[in-house]
Amino acid sequence: MSRATTYSAEEAALREPWEDIARQRQAVEMGMWAFLASEILFFTGIFAGYTIYRSTYPEAFWVAGGHTSLFYGGTNTAILLVSSAAMGIVPSAARWPSLGSFARTMLWVAALLGIAFLVLKGFEYAEDFDEHLFPGPDFEIHERGAQLFFAFYWCVTAIHAIHLIIGIGLVARLAIAGTRDPRWFSQTPAVQATALYWGLVDVIWTIVFVILYLPGRGS
Amino acid sequence: MTDAVLGDTLPHDVTTFDKGYLGDGHTLRSWLFTTDHKRIAILYAVTITIFFFIGGIAIALVRIELVTPAQDFVTADEYNRLFTLHGIVMVWFFLVPSIPTTFGNFLLPMMIGARDLAFPKLNLFSWYLTIIGGALTIYMLLAGGVDTGWTFYTPYSSIYSNSHVIAAAMAVFVAGFGTIATGVNFITTIHTMRAPGMTWFRLPLFVWAMYTVSVVIVLATPVLAMTLLLMTLERFFGVPIFNPNEGGDPLLFQHLFWFYSHPAVYIMILPAMGVVSEVIPCFARRRLFGYDFMVYALIAISVIGFFVWGHHMFVSGQSAYANLVFSFLSFIVAVPSAIKVFNWTATLYRGQITYESPMLYSFGFVGLFTIGGLTGLFLASIPIDIHATDTYFVIAHFHYVMVGGTVSAFFAALHFWWPKITGRMYPEAWARFAAILMFFGFNFTFFPQFIMGWAGMPRRYGSYPPEFQIYHVLSSAGAAVLAIAYLMPLAYLTWSLRWGRRAPDNPWRATGLEWQTSSPPPTHNFEKLPIVENEPYDYHPRGYVDQEHEAAGTAESPQKGGEQR
Amino acid sequence: MRHFIFFPPEASEYARHIDWIYFGLIGISVIIVGLVVVLMVSFGIRYRRGSPAVRGRLPEWVSRDVEIGWTVGTLFAFVFIFWFAAATFITTIGATPNALEIHVVGKQWMWKIEHPNGVREINELHVPVNVPVRLVMISQDVIHSFFLPALRIKQDVLPGRYTSESFTADKTGIYNLFCAEYCGTDHARMGGRIDIMTKPDYQKWLDAQPGAHNLAEKGRQLFVRLGCAGCHFEKGHTRAPDLAGVYGSYVRLANGRTVRADEAYLRDSILQPARDIVAGYQPIMPSFKGTVSEDQIFDLVAFIKSYSGSGEAIK
Ligand code: HEA
Ligand code: HEA
Ligand code: HEC
Ligand code: CUA
Ligand SMILES: [Cu+2]
Repeated sequence: MSRATTYSAEEAALREPWEDIARQRQAVEMGMWAFLASEILFFTGIFAGYTIYRSTYPEAFWVAGGHTSLFYGGTNTAILLVSSAAMGIVPSAARWPSLGSFARTMLWVAALLGIAFLVLKGFEYAEDFDEHLFPGPDFEIHERGAQLFFAFYWCVTAIHAIHLIIGIGLVARLAIAGTRDPRWFSQTPAVQATALYWGLVDVIWTIVFVILYLPGRGS
Repeated sequence: MTDAVLGDTLPHDVTTFDKGYLGDGHTLRSWLFTTDHKRIAILYAVTITIFFFIGGIAIALVRIELVTPAQDFVTADEYNRLFTLHGIVMVWFFLVPSIPTTFGNFLLPMMIGARDLAFPKLNLFSWYLTIIGGALTIYMLLAGGVDTGWTFYTPYSSIYSNSHVIAAAMAVFVAGFGTIATGVNFITTIHTMRAPGMTWFRLPLFVWAMYTVSVVIVLATPVLAMTLLLMTLERFFGVPIFNPNEGGDPLLFQHLFWFYSHPAVYIMILPAMGVVSEVIPCFARRRLFGYDFMVYALIAISVIGFFVWGHHMFVSGQSAYANLVFSFLSFIVAVPSAIKVFNWTATLYRGQITYESPMLYSFGFVGLFTIGGLTGLFLASIPIDIHATDTYFVIAHFHYVMVGGTVSAFFAALHFWWPKITGRMYPEAWARFAAILMFFGFNFTFFPQFIMGWAGMPRRYGSYPPEFQIYHVLSSAGAAVLAIAYLMPLAYLTWSLRWGRRAPDNPWRATGLEWQTSSPPPTHNFEKLPIVENEPYDYHPRGYVDQEHEAAGTAESPQKGGEQR
Repeated sequence: MRHFIFFPPEASEYARHIDWIYFGLIGISVIIVGLVVVLMVSFGIRYRRGSPAVRGRLPEWVSRDVEIGWTVGTLFAFVFIFWFAAATFITTIGATPNALEIHVVGKQWMWKIEHPNGVREINELHVPVNVPVRLVMISQDVIHSFFLPALRIKQDVLPGRYTSESFTADKTGIYNLFCAEYCGTDHARMGGRIDIMTKPDYQKWLDAQPGAHNLAEKGRQLFVRLGCAGCHFEKGHTRAPDLAGVYGSYVRLANGRTVRADEAYLRDSILQPARDIVAGYQPIMPSFKGTVSEDQIFDLVAFIKSYSGSGEAIK
């Protein structure tokens, strides 16, 4: 393990001011969790508003929920779940040098699924526009409170989409940098951090799906 | 002691700037791309100083307007823009970042015996976010300003205001993420980078304060970010979120805003408490009284602080039941503050007290914070608040805690750590004079506001009935004194950078790891990473302050002090 | 600028009571600030560096017991203050029977006030002394706040929702009225005065005002003009519910809930009828949102409140 002769994978992944990679990994994970806590509170703000209004206008939210597209919402949920599954194996796979390229493929799979999500979302938005579901004077549903539902619909999904775009960027960056320097890739804590972030984006979407697409379905 | 020797060389030598971390480069590049936590702290210090003066000039104009009852110096619209600018800048671009991003950044790694923060690049990134937010604020100001008050209440902000609400909200939004990043960085650093032997209950209270404040920042700021974002989306796209015409609840915004902003007032006071807990033991030469309780008090304040936001809404139309609950919790959250005040006082008992300017500022802090806090209890009592809310009584309350409290502590910290940061001593006599002037100027400015507030003077008024004029004149005169008191440190501290005496490593003979390295510290803080074996504040290892032992120290004035042990 | 005022005038029993609480709190605060300052100064002098005072070792128990002592002490003090203040607040909750009801509409930047008999005034509020008064308030635009320092009361005035405040003045005179919630450019000028008059003076003042229609009468005319009567005065009340005596009663809704028919409920029934459907009726009532102004709603509500039976049905 002489430092001078071999340029080890650990050194490639080590960053200032750390002296050993285990500590660094622990710190990155800790920092990421703190950030995720912050993100969760960020979304809690909007979910709290939604909950209050839903209890004020239960019928309107029920009716309005029926106007969202279960097809797009459902497909997108499935897409994100699959992408999370792909992402789930990355952190452990990345640690094995022999599985490095497999892990990077999985990263690309997740990123592409993310893009697919966005494309579908785009179609869904276009359809919503055509159906006059954007709040305004010629809004489709006249129930009082329905506009509020759709205000939340647009804001939540847009903010989620921005998170997803950032996520795709991070994943792609990781995959590219990993291909360039596979040894760095096998040790860097960035893999775990990116996976955690991706997980959050997925979890948030699941909540969004439940509160925006499911009301007004069934009986 | 090489420093002591250097200290005797010509006072005019400028070599401080070639020593330690300051010698790492003198180009603009070497500053703008640095990842050294100490240099980033300096970047922040410069930034917030600029914003402090922007906020100060805005309020100077307000105070001039208020000398006469009529609206004669600026127009009503200009007046509204001025106090809004003052509030936004002072809160988000000065006071919230003040102590954490400067002294926290500079000292936190040194106090726990680390080489840097956990994520140095993220640290620089935080500063850039703050700068982008600041630039948006300047843009907003030049474009014509914003007139919503720092509280951005809807539907005024989201529908009716004709000013640059979006730019202002986005400025706060971006800067908010800068603060969150700092918070994440601090939490991680404290968890993972403590030196061997530095257990949780050996952390200096300043570090504990940074820890608790970071947790509050990380959990509260995102709620503000979301709230402002929703308000912006409503204003820009017309999607109804808060709009009462479409059935929106006019109080929803206020609940979300205060859910952040009450914890935010603790974001502003906890670091100040940390500073004072360092300074008082040092100049009293006493171990801090009740260290454990001080830690628990910090934790209690930050936890309970999340559940009292409704006390800003007693007359807003929320239910009477909610009022009672929030009132009760506001009294509970005051208990840990009381514990802290008593502990600082008790620390003085049986000490060997000297009065250098950091100590004077800390005394000022304790007194003014007590008055500010007690008037907070007035406001937490519902029937009193019903009359006092939205009057100058509230203005006086929060300036006592924020300016009398936190700004005093900021100056205490500035003087206490100035030798460590710059390697120069400041002129003590001037500093003492400024501290005393600030104390009197402050009371002169804000005490009359309590009286006129109870007498019924509403806040955010550019013109007012003549019966209040006498108090406004007093207050404006006091503000002029205060302005001079604030300009003085600017002058003599700048002077000391070049002509001040060289500072020894530990001019105050203080405990704490930051004093064990050189002044200014080397790039990676320590030549050799320290190992901690002592309790914090170990000012009298033998149990009490020994008369003879201390008497020996008297001959040598503590400032010259280079000698250690 | 002639003299210092420390209090606004006290124009009600309640105001005097609040000032007492205020004095009480000042007393407590002076004691505490005094304690802290005296301790700091006396320690500061006695234990200044080099002073001859003795500094022995502190017994071990001092720290813990003292600490627990003052924690519990402050806790009790705080709970006491809370109770002291909250007790007064609790007595103010709840309706005042037989109050004179005055309607207030806030808009940028004026107060529009309407008395029960239809007299209107702007930025001035005339009330009789020694009569309980209840202000029912709403805003047309942003949030305002109706602040009467001499009575120590203040209440935010919200768009889209009624709020109210009550008082019984016991001193005649003219006092300040302010808008206390920031509402834009002329927030500082959105004020006026409250004129507390003796009962005969108040009556005289009312009689001298033009347009002294009975508010309920105006509401009745509107009720007919807007076509409400078409449904609600129909014989048998199969299409729309009978409005006689609804105010204050409990109404069963189609979704099984029961609500009290207060002003807010009546207002909602007019503006968003689809929200709370009365049990047994179809949701056919159109919304009058945008058709009627806040002032008109006050009139309609006043009519519905006073309307007591088909006896006075409108021909
Ligand atoms: C640094 C900032 C800071 C701090 C620390 C505090 C501390 C407190 N604040 Fe303050 N507050 C603000 C900043 C702050 N506040 C701001 C900015 C606003 C206005 C915002 C706006 O509207 O623009 C505000 C407004 C505000 C209101 C709303 C007023 C209104 O708008 O109607 C209330 C009401 O309850 C309140 C209460 C309190 C209480 C109970 C404390 C407590 O935490 C204080 C605890 C401290 C003590 C009590 C003193 C020490 C104790 C002792 C010495 C013990 C002995 C005492 C006894 C035994 C009685 N504050
Ligand atoms: C957070 C920190 C903070 C700080 C440090 C201050 C500092 C000061 N504040 Fe501020 N203040 C707030 C936070 C703060 N304030 C907030 C949040 C509000 C509410 C805003 C709202 O309602 O939305 C407010 C509102 C507020 C008002 C009420 C305005 C109104 O409601 O109409 C007043 C009135 O006197 C006031 C006064 C002062 C003064 C005199 C100082 C002084 O301490 C400042 C002294 C500093 C200087 C004066 C600058 C230095 C000197 C110069 C640049 C030289 C030139 C100056 C002269 C020649 C005079 N403040
Ligand atoms: C097309 C017929 C129609 C018209 C016109 C109409 N209403 Fe109604 N109103 C109804 C019906 C049906 C109900 C019961 C169902 C419901 O609650 O919406 C009702 C309910 C009410 C209620 C609640 C009554 C209760 O018992 O709780 C009030 C108050 C009311 N209307 C007032 C008015 C006023 C004021 C107007 C005119 C501005 C008006 N209505 C015009 C049909 C009408
Ligand atoms: Cu209306 Cu302020
Ligand atoms: Cu608060």
